[in-house]
Amino acid sequence: MGKNHPNVEPYVASRVRALESLLLEKGILASDTVDKVVGRFQDDTGPMIGARAVARAWVDPAYKRLLLDNSAEALAQFGLRYDMLNVVENTPDVHNVVVCTLCSCYPWPVLGLPPAWYKSPPYRSRVVIEPRSVLREFGLEIDDAREIRVWDSSAELRYMVLPQRPPGTERLSEEELVPLVTRDAMIGVADVPSPALVG
Amino acid sequence: MNSVHDMGGMHGFGPVEREENEPVFHDAWERTVCGLNFGLLRARAYNLDEFRHGIERMQPARYLASTYYERWLAGMTRVLTEKGVVTEEELDRRTALIQDNPDATPAPAASSASGEPFQPPATTSGTHPFRRPAAAPPRFALGDAVVTRNIQPHAHTRLPRYARGKRGVIDRLHGVFVFPDANAHERGEEPQPVYSVRFDARDLWGESVEGREALYLDLWETYLLPA
Repeated sequence: MGKNHPNVEPYVASRVRALESLLLEKGILASDTVDKVVGRFQDDTGPMIGARAVARAWVDPAYKRLLLDNSAEALAQFGLRYDMLNVVENTPDVHNVVVCTLCSCYPWPVLGLPPAWYKSPPYRSRVVIEPRSVLREFGLEIDDAREIRVWDSSAELRYMVLPQRPPGTERLSEEELVPLVTRDAMIGVADVPSPALVG
Repeated sequence: MNSVHDMGGMHGFGPVEREENEPVFHDAWERTVCGLNFGLLRARAYNLDEFRHGIERMQPARYLASTYYERWLAGMTRVLTEKGVVTEEELDRRTALIQDNPDATPAPAASSASGEPFQPPATTSGTHPFRRPAAAPPRFALGDAVVTRNIQPHAHTRLPRYARGKRGVIDRLHGVFVFPDANAHERGEEPQPVYSVRFDARDLWGESVEGREALYLDLWETYLLPA
């Protein structure tokens, strides 16, 4: 367990059970609500849809345009109904990175549940004021000439980064590109590594 | 409100700590909290803005000492007790009962009766639950120079402290959305345009900026004045 999750007092677990049992008794929630909600997040979402959209955008310029201009229509191609997403594109001149300083806003339907670090005070406090230092800690060195754009998700829009296609992938198909696309690259704290470098 | 949740630009939290092979939940109770919260939002026991404001009102030292889902639990119970859905007393009593009888199973309750397929919570998927039709043309256009209001509300707001009284430029028009500052306080929706505003990092942080950097925030129209 990381620092963000010290051992939890049994009290908290008991209090959660107490709250759940009261809500069930009062008829506010059904006994299967938790399983249905969480099952959906654990099984049906995840970085898969985001990665598939990125891979398709890399091989299909028309799809890339659609993803950037009308993400709802672009995501519908993967069977997802989601119209709150803005996709921002990394280029040789611009690197994008996403945060929510006030809470933990994150595009769950395309990226899955957020990692603990994304929701942690160090990331939320620092990436807006010293993005270059934070990205360096993630192993990402951004050239001085390149502009960093930090997207602080302050409203009900969500952000996903379209990373640059790594060199050495020119011969790969859309299907072969999908597994290269990482969650961290779509948050903007990493580049997609070249498969030649990965080995 | 100016509490510790509004931490953009603060110093002293140290390096970003990542966890290898992080599980989705670290404990069964975290999974329950997550499921309960989305169930409660969907059942309209409270709205997302009320929930966020419930977390923001945690005592700052306690907020920082809590894990993520402990903060959720605190925000949920705060709002549920304020709305009278459950009382502090019955929650305390039930918690003590479970601690004394850890193996007791809670009373059985009905599963979702009708058998209709579960719909994902409106806050995370589907057609945008906070978008509203435009009632009037937006006040600002692409490229307009704006300055954010310098406000210090005790109530809920989505204008972070680091971006108050700052100059920016309208970068995108997102359409009309429910206003959280009203919706968190049972004041109705007060829908209004939301803009993506671009701030030069130097206008926010001054000389400490490390290089070419810009901040983008999605801001409601009443946060903005013509520059």
